[in-house]
Amino acid sequence: MADVTNLRSPAEAGLSKLFESARKGFASEQAISREEAFRFFEATGLPSRRVEAFKYTDLRAAITEAAPPAEAPSEDAARAAVAGATGFNGVEAVRLTFVNGHLVAALSDLDRVPEGVTVTPLNEAMGKGDARLKLLAPVEQVRENPIYQLNTAFLADGALISVVPGAKPATPLHLRFVGMGEAAFSTATRVLVDIGAGAEFFLLESHEGPSGLTYQPNDALDVHIGAEAAFRHTRLNREGDAAIALSTLSVRLDARAQLETVNLVTGAKLSRHQIYLHVAGEDANAVVNGATLLGHGQLADSTLLADHAATGGVGREMFKTVIDGDSTGVFQGKIIVRQVAQQTDGKMKSDCLLLTDDGQMMNKPELEIFADDVACGHGATCGAPDEDLLFYLMARGLPRATAESLLVQAFVGEAVETVTHEGARDALIGGIEAWLAARG
Amino acid sequence: MPAVQETIDRVRSIDLDQYKYGFETVIEMEKSEKGLSEDVVRFISAKKNEPEWMLEWRLDAYKRWLTMKEPEWARVEYDRVDYNNIYYYAAPKRKGPESLDEIDPEILKTYEKLGIPLREVEVLEGIAPERRVAVDAVFDSVSVATTFKKELEKAGVIFMPISEAIREYPDLVKKYLGSVVPVTDNFFATLNSAVFSDGSFVYIPPGVRCPMELSTYFRINERDTGQFERTLIIADKGSYVSYLEGCTAPKRDDNQLHAAVVELVALEDAEIKYSTVQNWYPGDNEGKGGIYNFVTKRGDCRGARSKISWTQVETGSAITWKYPSCILRGDDSRGEFYSIAVSNGMQQVDSGTKMIHLGKNTTSRIISKGISAGRSQNTYRGLVSAHKKAKGARNFTNCDSLLIGDQCGAHTVPYIESKNASAVFEHEATTSKISEDQKFYCQQRGLSEEEATALIVNGFVRDVLQQLPMEFAVEAQKLISISLEGSVG
Repeated sequence: MADVTNLRSPAEAGLSKLFESARKGFASEQAISREEAFRFFEATGLPSRRVEAFKYTDLRAAITEAAPPAEAPSEDAARAAVAGATGFNGVEAVRLTFVNGHLVAALSDLDRVPEGVTVTPLNEAMGKGDARLKLLAPVEQVRENPIYQLNTAFLADGALISVVPGAKPATPLHLRFVGMGEAAFSTATRVLVDIGAGAEFFLLESHEGPSGLTYQPNDALDVHIGAEAAFRHTRLNREGDAAIALSTLSVRLDARAQLETVNLVTGAKLSRHQIYLHVAGEDANAVVNGATLLGHGQLADSTLLADHAATGGVGREMFKTVIDGDSTGVFQGKIIVRQVAQQTDGKMKSDCLLLTDDGQMMNKPELEIFADDVACGHGATCGAPDEDLLFYLMARGLPRATAESLLVQAFVGEAVETVTHEGARDALIGGIEAWLAARG
Repeated sequence: MPAVQETIDRVRSIDLDQYKYGFETVIEMEKSEKGLSEDVVRFISAKKNEPEWMLEWRLDAYKRWLTMKEPEWARVEYDRVDYNNIYYYAAPKRKGPESLDEIDPEILKTYEKLGIPLREVEVLEGIAPERRVAVDAVFDSVSVATTFKKELEKAGVIFMPISEAIREYPDLVKKYLGSVVPVTDNFFATLNSAVFSDGSFVYIPPGVRCPMELSTYFRINERDTGQFERTLIIADKGSYVSYLEGCTAPKRDDNQLHAAVVELVALEDAEIKYSTVQNWYPGDNEGKGGIYNFVTKRGDCRGARSKISWTQVETGSAITWKYPSCILRGDDSRGEFYSIAVSNGMQQVDSGTKMIHLGKNTTSRIISKGISAGRSQNTYRGLVSAHKKAKGARNFTNCDSLLIGDQCGAHTVPYIESKNASAVFEHEATTSKISEDQKFYCQQRGLSEEEATALIVNGFVRDVLQQLPMEFAVEAQKLISISLEGSVG
């Protein structure tokens, strides 16, 4: 009979080895309990198709090797890598630059942080056992997630951002993640954002990396939005074409808090962006959008869980996926409305445009409702561009390719036009145009 | 203010269980030994005078079943069934009635009480209904009567208990049995394959439009038994059949298992319409007793332009685990699923459908209405998938849930998998409660709160009720008001 260790994949065994050897170098253990996280991960392993939440994204099959955690790069190497990065370049912002998952102070505007905002490098916060670290995993369900737990176990760097109550800095903060190197590596970063009551905070996040290199970033963003505060977040995934990019956003919303998060995915061979919302206070409002444009054998998974545990919450989730070539889009969304969460208004929508016959789209929009006075709905559609619309445009003299591009732009545009910050919105639209131009 | 008599009466009537089919028929029964073993499988096969191949088929299923695990993915919680503590075969002792007069009068009375006409003459006399219905009545493990057999024979239609068909038409049965739901399909289907006792067999020859509705009425009567019926319907090229299924069981404090398998095969240009009004005993208000309804139903649109339509009204059962599905294999074939699932008390429903598009230009439509009241949980779980070769596949899904009261839950778990660009899938789902405005509007016009609720609910489920044959639509409407009674407020 095969014993248990034989059933583990080489990547899983490799991760155990890496954890053993990295253990000594880790900073303070108290605040983030890596051991517990890794034990959890070891028990579940890399999730395969047999795990319902990973039915369409088989990480066990995709991750064949455990890539070693990346070392902090030299300043020169980091500078060279960042020179090629373009994400949100045109947007005036205070930047925090991470190269291979390590904060590079020399390339960051740590001295330009706006008033009312404090940024503490995560290493420093962990070393001091910063009390704010208790914000880790603000949503209960995220603790059951193997990707998040793997991030906790290998956590290398990140930042702790606090916004004092009532502060409304005009300049957004930009988390710029850049990957570089010749050999496969992995990263694990965590950014914690604590927004005081009544404050308003813009955060931009871009992820870029080299093509042809199988690197594995695993990023987590934990956010607490205080009462009547607003958090607006725009994310750009432009990872290299061989990357396996995993990311988790978990947000706790207090009373009348507002969330706006939009994620544009054009990069990575395989990406999975997980969003966990915990609506803890009444009358909170969440807008969660995603725009995904795929080609060349890519797979992008958007997984969302919105847990309404307070009355009067409003949720608007819209995901748009465009599939070209033999790529695969995945959307899994779940709205939970607890018994206390009366008068919740939740709408979730996932639309997909299939541009070729080789692509595929997997949709799983779920509702779990325990309160009777609610209005919740979800919709999912999937199909090719409307021939009538194409004809209409072509009859006006546009070549077919241009007509199709226009339709794609209009289709995806709906998901990004809600972005409040003009510069961020333009950057996303630019990203979509660049994808269409590259498609030719 | 003290409660007025009317209020007290109303509360009493709510407390008393509304299930009106809960009576028991006392007759002498013959049973297999308790529990499941190879001997019991052999016993059932011998009782049915089955040929050797059928016994082998059953034994093979039994062996497979021993290695399988009960599925746990459904959103239902229940005390697991002790598979060794039930009787797998129970039949009235009086042997093989040749005519209705020989049937145990107690059984006849039972069906009379249930409103099922077993005497053809009764159907013909009186206010002759426009449509006649041929009935196969299954009482625990055996079929006790099949009406209009001769008339159907004239049209070439075979409608008989499956146990008879195995003996009389072995080639047909051999060819199609297990071809839609394979023996190893799932835990309950495999169990059924090993121990199924009776059910209906229908064969409609090419080009024949079945002259009347066919119907099977299932009744569980005996204590500690499970019912494992098996239905196989084959519509040959260009034929049409409408089939109705109804079911009830006595009120008991313990749970009883019903694990059926239904297989439909539609060949070229054929159409099968399968309607179910499921009204098994749902248990009392505290969740005591009731039927576990673990059913595998699947239709195979094997030929081009074939059509299978499932319509179900689910009001009974303590636990429902049921996903009538369509495999759309033939080009231009069509699958439909219309469902109303009403749950009240402590009922748990996990039901839905699968539409698997394999052929070109296949279309499917899903309309599902879930109504939860009391402390019940109602889940829609469904899959729509288009294979790479299913060019031009189309699906429209609409699943709505209505919640009555704040102690219940409504859930939707759809899977939508599209593997080619020309497939067009649309899915929408909503959950809401009955609007106070609508209720106020109705009450202002003199309806009581309960009547207003019933009216609104009937409007909510109208899409599905319209699909039911007339006789069933009326019954279904009544059923919905019964299961919702007491849920207001």
